[in-house]
Amino acid sequence: MSNTAIQVEGISKSYRIARALVRQPYRTLQEDVIALPRMLWKRALGKSEALETFWALSDVTFSVHEGEVIGIVGRNGAGKSTLLKILSRITEPTSGRAEIYGRVGALLEVGTGFHPELTGRENVFLSGAILGMRRSEIARRFDEIVSFAEVEQFIDTPTKRYSSGMYTRLAFAVAAHLEPEILLVDEVLAVGDSAFQKKCLGKMEDVAGEGRTVFFVSHNTQAVRQLCTRCVLLDHGRVIADGPTDATLAVYNQRLRDMRVDGETGINNPENRRGSGAIRFTAVSVEGLEGAERYTFEMGETVRFRLSVRTNAPIRGLAIVVALRSGMSRELVTSARHVVTTDPIPQGDTATVIIDLPNVYIRPGEYPLYLHASEAVQSPLNYDVLDDLTPPLVISAGARSPHDNFDPSQPYGVFSLPSRMTVSEWPNGNKKAETTEERATELQQQLL
Amino acid sequence: MTASVVAPEASPENVRHPAVVIEPTTGWAAVNFRELWKYRDLLMILAGRDVKLRYKQTVLGVVWVVIQPLIAALIFTLMFGRFAKLPSDGHPYLLFVFTGVAVWNYFAGVLQRAGNSLLTDSRLITKVYFPRLAIPLSSTFSALIDLSVSLAVLGVLMMIYRVSPTWRILTLPLFIGLAAMTATGVSLWLAALNVRYRDFVHAMPFMIQVWLFASPVAYATTIVPEQWRLLYGLNPAVAFIEGTRWAILGSSSITPQIVTVAVALSTAVFIGGAFFFRRVERSFADTV
Repeated sequence: MSNTAIQVEGISKSYRIARALVRQPYRTLQEDVIALPRMLWKRALGKSEALETFWALSDVTFSVHEGEVIGIVGRNGAGKSTLLKILSRITEPTSGRAEIYGRVGALLEVGTGFHPELTGRENVFLSGAILGMRRSEIARRFDEIVSFAEVEQFIDTPTKRYSSGMYTRLAFAVAAHLEPEILLVDEVLAVGDSAFQKKCLGKMEDVAGEGRTVFFVSHNTQAVRQLCTRCVLLDHGRVIADGPTDATLAVYNQRLRDMRVDGETGINNPENRRGSGAIRFTAVSVEGLEGAERYTFEMGETVRFRLSVRTNAPIRGLAIVVALRSGMSRELVTSARHVVTTDPIPQGDTATVIIDLPNVYIRPGEYPLYLHASEAVQSPLNYDVLDDLTPPLVISAGARSPHDNFDPSQPYGVFSLPSRMTVSEWPNGNKKAETTEERATELQQQLL
Repeated sequence: MTASVVAPEASPENVRHPAVVIEPTTGWAAVNFRELWKYRDLLMILAGRDVKLRYKQTVLGVVWVVIQPLIAALIFTLMFGRFAKLPSDGHPYLLFVFTGVAVWNYFAGVLQRAGNSLLTDSRLITKVYFPRLAIPLSSTFSALIDLSVSLAVLGVLMMIYRVSPTWRILTLPLFIGLAAMTATGVSLWLAALNVRYRDFVHAMPFMIQVWLFASPVAYATTIVPEQWRLLYGLNPAVAFIEGTRWAILGSSSITPQIVTVAVALSTAVFIGGAFFFRRVERSFADTV
């Protein structure tokens, strides 16, 4: 029977937003002085100020065992970060209770406390102390940290002269040597290049392998699947599912799929969207060439987007952009703009456009969609964006390889473009120049 | 007790106690000194950061810390000593003023840095937990470096004027301590208010300016009419400025009453500030 590492009981967190203060969390003294008599009067009458209460978390209960690697998933605004901030004691809950058994290390960003004017050495001590290490502890691990970060020569150089890679490596190295019993991690993996992300994931796997508890908050379901055995799904501040990763992620994916009919966030709600409203997506469907609607594709399959738009005002032509984001870094990794027509379109017209994207070279992973409709001439007002409002595209490796050099065990980067090798000079020996094809033939002959 | 509720399967001998209990705090909370002590390294490293940044980003570095009070003292000497011919309790006017400027600069420096510190370090507050008191408190320590430099300059001036210190110099740490406590107490209020009301960013320099002229930095307490002295003494800066003069130059117009009033007042401001800071601390991450 393993011990409890984190016990969360009925945690709720509300933010009170007075209507007048929605846009500024802080006040000016003048406002309070003027509002004071009214407030006192209301308080005397037993009425409180009309405040809008926003529940970031409501009645969240779960427990984590020692050595468990638990993932917290959910869409933006589901309460993941608030939960993490409460468990790392940055902010207090409004009600409820949480108990933590063991030393906590919270990693909410890479480079907490780093100051660009200070040298690498000074920053290691500063950041380490901020993360909760004693000076002696940092001194003992100093050499380890510096060699992990591979910045030995530059350790006495101000970090403002570091390349962004060096900076991130050093910052992560400090955090990685914190050695907590319970590690709380936010989506720090969203920064840095994919090699660095792998390093972070690897380090977290090490931590988990040593029997320590990892609490991982992410909307990168791929990373969650890779790391976590158990998973909690949050939505609108509530626990929706709690169980084995696969089961929870299935619920999550189902909810993502259902999002299109969700009146509040889906495309059926034109209210909270950007643009003038002159043009709106009315239906989005992603399907395979066989015609079935789906969001999972094998590498090499063609992805078909069926996009319907409606004009609510006359517009000057129509152009549509289909783009994919990286599930890790959220950067756009590919985009295609198609001008449907440059002719004026009257109000109340509808159109359905099909765009095919042969995904031959896109690596397995999750790719949130970015869809954009606008006038054919670049317009600052008349456009519509569906950014992450549809389920993400999921590409899996599948049976066939897109090309000869594709190696799914080397999952670096977004694309796997075909490449060709030519040896012009052999390292030892005097063989003649050869190419990939010749090399392959030779290998085959050797095997036979 | 709580642990047995959490893990009913645990037998009594291995009931564990949580390292951290997270609950909403209600009402007034006292300063958690044990936790603050645990984070003492952070306090010193933050103070060290302040000092390093101060001297790194400027070309002249430490020279500023020498020049700035010296020029202020020279101007005060010229205006008040030469032109207005104000008394200086029998000391050379430059020495008299420089002593005041040195300790005042320490006081004002702490107010300025600590008062804005929570806003300057807002990224830290929203990204990591540690006792938030460490941020303003680190200014109390980092400003001591500037004070030491000023006191060294004062030492040189005293040699030039051939003034030698008496045994009273031994009481200097007490008056510096009073200045530190007053400055810290006031800045705890300012820092916390600053997070809630951004007006204080504008009000602070003005407040420090007014406070400077309400304190015996450029002039001696003796020019204040006798019947107003006690009221004047309600400004705790009077006690630590005149006290510092008494300790370094050997005499000043300081009285035991003024010191007593100042110590009582500073203690009250300090304790009140600590409680107020703790009270609003919990919402820092949400409002900053």
